[in-house]
Amino acid sequence: MEILLAILTGLLFAVGVYLILRRSIIKFIIGIIFLSNATNLLVFLSAGLVSGKPVFVPGGEIAMQADPLPQALVLTAIVIGFGIVVFTIALKYKFFKTTGTDDLDQLQQTDK
Amino acid sequence: MLYILLIYLGLSFAIFLIPEKFKKYTAFIIAILQLSVFAYFFRFFPKISNGEKISLVKDWIPDLNLNFSFLLDGLSFLFVLLVTFIGFLVFLYAKAYMKGYSGTSRFYFYLTLFSGAMLGLVLSENMIQLFVFWELTSVLSFLLISFFNEKIASRKAAFQSLFVTGFGGLSLLAGLILLGSITDSYSITDWIQNSAIIKTDSKYLPALILILLGVFTKSAQFPFHFWLPGAMQAPTPVSSYLHSATMVKAGIFLLFRLNPVLGGTTEWTYIIPVIGVITMLTGSYLSITQKDLKAVLAYTTISALGVLVLLIGIDTKISIKAAFIFLFVHAFYKAALFMLAGFIDKKTGTRDIDSLGGLIFVMPIGFIVGSVALFSMAGIPPMLGFIGKELIYEAKVQSPGMGFLVLILGVASNIFMVIISLVLMSKAFFGQTKSNIKQLGLNEGLFLVGPIVLAMLSVGFGVFPDLLSNYIEPALQIVTGDSMQIKLKIGHGFNEVFFLSLFTVLSGIIVFYLLNKYPNLLYNWRSFNSKVFSIDFADLFSYGIASFNRFSENNTKLIQHGYHRYYILTIILFTTVLLWFQVYITRGWQSDMELTLRPLYITGLIAIIIISALYCAFAKSRLATIIAMGVTGYGISFIYLYYSAVDLAITQIIVETLTVVLFVLVLQKLPKFAILSRLRSRMRDAVIALAFGSVMTILALKAIDLEFNRPISDYYIENSYLKAYGKNVVNVILVDFRALDTLGEVTVLTIASLGVFVLLKSKKEKR
Repeated sequence: MEILLAILTGLLFAVGVYLILRRSIIKFIIGIIFLSNATNLLVFLSAGLVSGKPVFVPGGEIAMQADPLPQALVLTAIVIGFGIVVFTIALKYKFFKTTGTDDLDQLQQTDK
Repeated sequence: MLYILLIYLGLSFAIFLIPEKFKKYTAFIIAILQLSVFAYFFRFFPKISNGEKISLVKDWIPDLNLNFSFLLDGLSFLFVLLVTFIGFLVFLYAKAYMKGYSGTSRFYFYLTLFSGAMLGLVLSENMIQLFVFWELTSVLSFLLISFFNEKIASRKAAFQSLFVTGFGGLSLLAGLILLGSITDSYSITDWIQNSAIIKTDSKYLPALILILLGVFTKSAQFPFHFWLPGAMQAPTPVSSYLHSATMVKAGIFLLFRLNPVLGGTTEWTYIIPVIGVITMLTGSYLSITQKDLKAVLAYTTISALGVLVLLIGIDTKISIKAAFIFLFVHAFYKAALFMLAGFIDKKTGTRDIDSLGGLIFVMPIGFIVGSVALFSMAGIPPMLGFIGKELIYEAKVQSPGMGFLVLILGVASNIFMVIISLVLMSKAFFGQTKSNIKQLGLNEGLFLVGPIVLAMLSVGFGVFPDLLSNYIEPALQIVTGDSMQIKLKIGHGFNEVFFLSLFTVLSGIIVFYLLNKYPNLLYNWRSFNSKVFSIDFADLFSYGIASFNRFSENNTKLIQHGYHRYYILTIILFTTVLLWFQVYITRGWQSDMELTLRPLYITGLIAIIIISALYCAFAKSRLATIIAMGVTGYGISFIYLYYSAVDLAITQIIVETLTVVLFVLVLQKLPKFAILSRLRSRMRDAVIALAFGSVMTILALKAIDLEFNRPISDYYIENSYLKAYGKNVVNVILVDFRALDTLGEVTVLTIASLGVFVLLKSKKEKR
């Protein structure tokens, strides 16, 4: 299953990269979400997969249990990622109201 | 000596504190300082003439071999006297000249610091310290030249001089460091002791060339000479000081200083005289066809600097001696002439030599003083200039190597000097008065003090040259290494030198007579010159700077194009290449993982995620995209759930729900998707994305293979209940073991929500 999940991670990364290379800002934001999901999955996978043995005490033999450290990291990352997404959406909303465009290439002109 | 420099520093800043009422005495105060410093150093004369060296060392950065280290020997003694004495006269003159200009405090501030820096330069024993003072003089002369900063010409000239001398300064530093690396010391005394080692080292030639670049830029040698005529934009007291005793003389000083270290080699005696001769000839030739009084003087300075460099380069005892005499000759007449030029400018309102005339009746004293200075410049007895010229001829006659050629060019250059002296005298003082004369009141006396004193020195030392040779002897001993009696007298008998002198003066007079008789000749000469010498170095310089600016601008435009997605593209591409390279160098890696489809429901889940993710990337409907995104997120949360990460699953579900809701809310206010990019760029992006994604897959597989955080995790699992009384280990890590991190996370979220609040609340700004 690890291989399939690794392929899934790679695909999520690919979709994320493809989306942040779009000119539309909405797609850019969705791209960020994909990238953050992919990264979370990558960190999660790196600990190895243990099914059906969440880390509760007392949980039997330690070596058989899932690794709590990446889980804690990913949990933080999910929340922070959410913060970023919310902020970018608000920014995008404001940007669209001010400039009336969704095209990132137009941003080049307003820069000057 | 350190204290004297500190006094200069302190006093220069104190100028700003002088109350308005006493502002008019500022110049006097500093003039008195210059005179007292002159007197202070003059006391040392008996010791200096005994060949003593007075040095002072104060620790600065001893570990780096950098100390404040000062040395007063014959050479620096001579320059100190010159700097302070002419400084004294310049400040008196500035008192008269600067009347009526605004910002005089700033002016005196710069000028005081400048003379302090020059003193520091000539007194430095440590060469890095010398470099610091060297750069200080460059920067301060930039500020002085641009003093009338509202004029574009001033700013341009100042920039030119800073650029040229700054460039030279850098190469000087490089040269000094090279020499320092040979001897492992930056003390000139050590260098002189190890001069034999230095001269045979392979780094000798590069070091020499780098140092000479510094000297030539500072002392306005060809082809760097163009900044000096530009520098006449400075107020006249500054020009007078820059040209006679400071700035351009710093290069000459350094040549004297380093002569015992680097001198005497073939390279030294060829490179330096060649540049000197070219400069000498260029300067004197171009001076004749100038129209601006100050420009004429500036070009004669270039010529004089060429002579000095040439003489030091010839590097025989007699040539060094001649160089020292000529140093004084030039300082005296050039300072006097500049001061007079400024006076004439003030009096008549013009510096164009064609519109001047008849000043002999307006300023009789000025005429006498001016004639003395001009005669000294032309080298006519009984002025000091005559002795200087005689010695120079003698040095050239005896010079090894290119003696004959140098002699011919030297005579030619001197003929030009005679002509220009006569032209200046006749144009300015004789003939008809052409311009309105302003009365300057009491200040007129003050204008003339400097020139009078200098003219008297020119005549006095000319008649009693032995007085001067007393001061020069110790310096000569420092530079040439052994003592030698100097006999200076007017007239050396009827030898070849005498005839050369006679020839020079006579041909000068003949040419002048011709020029006077046929006025058109001069004008034709001028137009001929401007045609033949159409290469204006100053313009060339500006062109070079402009094209460099264009070059960088184009480069910046290429790299900083302003297209957001190309920036990202660059980053991703670079990362991808790097990651693939990592995969390539560890290509021996193998995994024991197997590809299985069990459990099947997870495989199905993955398939659903993949399909919705792909759909998300290519969908045209906004709502469908959002839904697909949501499906992906929920799918991932199920994966978390299955693989023992309950908390992650819960968080992911909450976050995903909120995100989708938010998107749907915002989406109705936003435009529809438009296909903005062309098919080709989408294909390109897809390829890049796949390359990145596939390398990330390999990375994920490698990461799974590694177990690196087990010890930490085990600690948490073991202590979760014992120490923190929590059974859910992930939760305990977040709120207990790493509580501060979580606090940080909360802070980030708070700031983000504040940001969102501000963004949504603020009204659209009106433009």
